Amino acid sequence: MFDTLSDKLQGALGDLRSRGVLTDEDLSRAMREIRLALLEADVNFKVVKDFVARVKERAGGAAVTRSLTPGQEIVKIVHEELTELMGSGGSRLAFAGRPPTVVLLAGLQGSGKTTAAAKLALLLRKGEGKSPALVAADLQRPAAIDQLEQLGRQIQIPVYLDRSTKDAIAVARHGIEQAQAQGRDVVIVDTAGRLQIDEPLMKELAAVRKAVKPHNVLLVLDSMTGQEAVAVAEAFAERVDFDGVVLTKLDGDARGGAALSVKAVTGKPIKLASTGEKLDQLEYFHPDRMASRILGMGDVLTLIERAEQAAEVDEQEEMERRLRAGQFTFDDFLQSYRMMRRMGPLKSIVGMIPGLGKQLQGVDVDDRELGRVEAIVLSMTADERRRPEIINGSRRARIARGSGTTVQQVNQLLTARKQMAKMVKQMGKGKMPNIQSIAAAQRRR
Amino acid sequence: MTRTWAEFLGDHEAAPVEDAGDRRGWFERLRDSLASSRQALTRELGFDPGDEESWERIEEALIAADCGVGATVEIVQRLEARDPTSQAELLEGLEEVVAELVTVDGQERLAFDGPPTVVLVVGVNGTGKTTTIGKLAHRLRESGRSVVLAAADTFRAAAEEQLEIWAERAGADFVGSQRGADPAAVAFDAISAAEARGRDVVVVDTAGRLHTQTNLMEELAKVRRVISGRLEGAPHETLLVLDATTGQNGVRQAQLFDEAVGLTGVALTKLDGTAKGGVAVAVTHELGLPVKLIGVGETLDDLQPFDPRDFARALVAQE
Repeated sequence: MFDTLSDKLQGALGDLRSRGVLTDEDLSRAMREIRLALLEADVNFKVVKDFVARVKERAGGAAVTRSLTPGQEIVKIVHEELTELMGSGGSRLAFAGRPPTVVLLAGLQGSGKTTAAAKLALLLRKGEGKSPALVAADLQRPAAIDQLEQLGRQIQIPVYLDRSTKDAIAVARHGIEQAQAQGRDVVIVDTAGRLQIDEPLMKELAAVRKAVKPHNVLLVLDSMTGQEAVAVAEAFAERVDFDGVVLTKLDGDARGGAALSVKAVTGKPIKLASTGEKLDQLEYFHPDRMASRILGMGDVLTLIERAEQAAEVDEQEEMERRLRAGQFTFDDFLQSYRMMRRMGPLKSIVGMIPGLGKQLQGVDVDDRELGRVEAIVLSMTADERRRPEIINGSRRARIARGSGTTVQQVNQLLTARKQMAKMVKQMGKGKMPNIQSIAAAQRRR
Repeated sequence: MTRTWAEFLGDHEAAPVEDAGDRRGWFERLRDSLASSRQALTRELGFDPGDEESWERIEEALIAADCGVGATVEIVQRLEARDPTSQAELLEGLEEVVAELVTVDGQERLAFDGPPTVVLVVGVNGTGKTTTIGKLAHRLRESGRSVVLAAADTFRAAAEEQLEIWAERAGADFVGSQRGADPAAVAFDAISAAEARGRDVVVVDTAGRLHTQTNLMEELAKVRRVISGRLEGAPHETLLVLDATTGQNGVRQAQLFDEAVGLTGVALTKLDGTAKGGVAVAVTHELGLPVKLIGVGETLDDLQPFDPRDFARALVAQE
């Protein structure tokens, strides 16, 4: 899982200092690793072929062969080429000079259109100050209209619907008219999921497009899609000429090679990416981050953002104030653990830290461990949490019983807190803590 | 031999032989639905056993079918060992090797016990869990079994309404709850209802969740625990619904869902597109999990028992 292309290339090419020169054989081995990494990330095999040829050309250049770390050099080239490939073409939507701006969403069944529609409405209201409306033109799936209606209610955005008809064109047209009459400046039209080879439904979609003249047609694509992505994108491009892609379910661990394939084959940019189940989890697309993800490299920016999202603002401020005062009680300890848990599963967090993935290979990162920590702290009295120094032997035994752990585990936690408090004190004095010495102290115990 | 519903449900000794025309019907449909991959394989093969590029083309065709690098290497190695000398031998070998890889002995049927038999259905968002359950309920009803559908997807907006519509269509009982309710409680209630009313099968629908969301996976594990606690031996089947358009992430999905709830099989959906569904080969190869059901269309009848030989034949056969 943590096999990054970077690690593999380091392994394959090694350190040139010990050998002096990069041979042709070395290069083709590197190209094979790149090919495998991309295929495992579900990049379309034809796209992989072209891509590897391009990288090979650049990698044969002097900069790589003379570099002391050719593996890193090649990773850099691959990363640049990937970013370039995904990055040309803006992610902003087109807005109509005379409102309303119409956005049409299309895609396969289950790609996440209905949810994406609601998320996009929320994003446009929050981020662009628009007053959007939704139109429920998915008349195929049972209860699709109910779903959009409920989502609209949740985010307080009007949904136009008509349960009396099976005519998607009429629903779309009428919905837009209604939205316009009520002064809405963006109208997002949700359509039924359809297979790209379903002739009647593709015809219907083309007819809807013609009837409502959308300013943006977005293909909603599941980031877990495999080699099929290209066939889907080509067919939708031909029939409804979409302008860009909304990539969904990116909060999983899919590498998302499908996204790259779609951009490479159709030239349509990825505009938006959905990064979670909550309705405010849709963001504009960042090509460089996606490139890192496809290569299995760390994604520090996303990590930082997640940390920011996980901590409420006042929570952050409060924590900072206490840390500055050099305090670190078990209440703080608990709070920081909870923040960490909110960032997602430990494994996925670890995967985002460059280099850490490899170090932790084979180490079981256990989320349950965090649960245990929480249980121990929760078994302490309020007084104990504030003044950990009062926790004596009998208190320890009680805490262990209360949390279903052993006294040993309680002791470990007490020591861990002490060390963190020490670190915090140092930071409070403006000194960077020496992590190595703390780690060494840990080992000595 | 194509596997029939009667065989899949263990009714074939008692039930009359199914209409052969019907059987060919779905086989043809599967073949049609896999047509593009078949074309890709046969068009690009132009096989010459001595030619390195010929083997590379086979590899590419398998990769293009989403079989994944690991399973592809395995297939090609087994194929090389057979030393095919002609295109016909190659295709035959390919079919046999693929069939071998997707076969898990002794796992051909839906496990029945009880009553009630409990089937727990899980998967990531948008794979077609609710639709698959609707179709399964329909087939179970046709086989003369009484069915309870439990709407334990208490998260997604309108999920319950969707399942209720399917329950009506199939003629099954429906057990629901408030949105945001505890899914484990819904499963518990459904089993109680099935016992009280003497129903044969309970199918539990769950909310789609990404396999990386620890909290939601824990919730799912709890649903399973509550089911096991309520009825010994249950759930008798725990099926992962996997979208045939999924790429190699499907293997991760299967792995993590298996860790959380202990899967007994896979239902491969949306095979009616041009998707190759090769991810099923990867899943069975890597994890030993059998595919039990395939979805080949949108109508009630378009859910079928999985047959390794047919799947392989449809994937590689030449017109």
